[in-house]
Amino acid sequence: MRMTTAMTTGRAMLDDFFTRAILAGIAVAAATGPLGCFVVWRRMAYFGDATAHAAILGVALSLAFAWSIYVGTLMVAFAMALLVSTLVGRGWAIDTTLGVLAHSGLALGLVAVSFLPNVRVDLSAYLFGDILAVARFDLGVIALGAALVVALLAWRWQGLLLSTVSEDLAHASGIDPARERLALTVALAVVVAVALKVVGVLLIAAMLIIPAATARNFARSPELMAALAALIGAGAVMGGLHASLIWDTPAGPSIVSIAAVAFACAIFGASLWRATAALWR
Amino acid sequence: MTLVSAENLAAAFGGPPVLRDVDFAIAPGEIVTIVGPNGSGKSVLLRLLLGILAPTRGRVWRKPGLRVGYVPQRLHIDAALPMPVRRFLSLPRRRGRGEIAHVLERVGVPRVADQQMTTLSGGQFQRVLLARALLSEPEILILDEAAQGLDQPGIAGFYRLIDAVHRELGCAVLSVSHDLHVVMSASDRVICLNGHICCQGAPSAVSSAPEYRALFGLGTDGALALYQHAHDHRHDDGARDAG
Repeated sequence: MRMTTAMTTGRAMLDDFFTRAILAGIAVAAATGPLGCFVVWRRMAYFGDATAHAAILGVALSLAFAWSIYVGTLMVAFAMALLVSTLVGRGWAIDTTLGVLAHSGLALGLVAVSFLPNVRVDLSAYLFGDILAVARFDLGVIALGAALVVALLAWRWQGLLLSTVSEDLAHASGIDPARERLALTVALAVVVAVALKVVGVLLIAAMLIIPAATARNFARSPELMAALAALIGAGAVMGGLHASLIWDTPAGPSIVSIAAVAFACAIFGASLWRATAALWR
Repeated sequence: MTLVSAENLAAAFGGPPVLRDVDFAIAPGEIVTIVGPNGSGKSVLLRLLLGILAPTRGRVWRKPGLRVGYVPQRLHIDAALPMPVRRFLSLPRRRGRGEIAHVLERVGVPRVADQQMTTLSGGQFQRVLLARALLSEPEILILDEAAQGLDQPGIAGFYRLIDAVHRELGCAVLSVSHDLHVVMSASDRVICLNGHICCQGAPSAVSSAPEYRALFGLGTDGALALYQHAHDHRHDDGARDAG
């Protein structure tokens, strides 16, 4: 009897758009936290940006062929991430390559969407996210994708970490750094596909970088930094969504703004901490 | 029996060959030192032997399942990555507290386990890299200018340590140095490399020479020795001969 009540309450909760939004946001934060740490450690910030921007091309493809948005964005994000890592692996200058590909992907996607007949698309939903419109199916896909990313990172953690420290050391220990890079590429594509609905293509990179950079101020080990980044991301989701409810601001940008405030506080707090510690000494 | 061997190796990276006609082999317990000027292909040879690079010609053979302890030239750890020494030593395999304490003691930096890698001095850093290499119980230690950036007493101390480790573990030691004349005196063989193998032979022990002692301050307890080059050719491209 009590069980049935609990289940009904659970279902009723999922019926609430705000609860679904919070859950979807937390799921995304759980994946972007640890993945974002690798993006920061490996200095791939722009790489995340390029992959995310190209996703708008995936949106256009999905709409044109009536695919699920998730399928289109996942495919294009993966293709983009693979293309970038191949070109850079062949010695192309990374900032130029990414600059060309990121903005070409975005521009092509926007042009492609405008060509679609009979489709009136609200582009801002894809550019900045539409987390309050997350349906139960979306929530399921987002949670599954985020769980996949977390599981992939946990599975390959030691190898990923060693190849991040030094690809040569990884090689000498019998770990193939190229395979670890591919794991990160896959994880990034999945994150882009599932975070599209939550923060939109323009702000996905922010969810990767800001929580990780904030966590850096307090973490003394890579694992702690990854966990803290996920927590900070989740906090930003909750804060941002409540703020957007109170002040009627767009949800995705509100989440990123809260994360940015947290980052500023962390920098300030960390320097205050160091100053105090110096005084005591 | 051989741990690593190479036949007729050549390597080029879209330009003139960096290495050509290199034959190489190292046996268990052997100490081999490769010397050569900058740009002579020493690091490329090590990376070919480690399998990081693929040769353009020839082949490299490694004993299946070979345990390699690799100590690179000074490693850069990004400031964005928090990495305590203890955690670094647990890559890629987790190590217990006792194991870590023991190996740090062994390499002479017993108190750094909880320090961040980025706060270590140059000498401490190289010793921690060596500690990590030792944790894998290597059959061969590969040192790529591992003592570069240390002062003379630091270099002597580092090689004394390598010497002791070699005697204890009986592992082979393959080290590379850009110092053409000063090598580990325990070296069974010194290979002088300059795009190809110029000469090889045993070093002469002259650790008692006074100017040599002066060079290394406290003395090296015989850890280092001089290598006398015996080249039978000159390089016609005008490059300064290694000898």
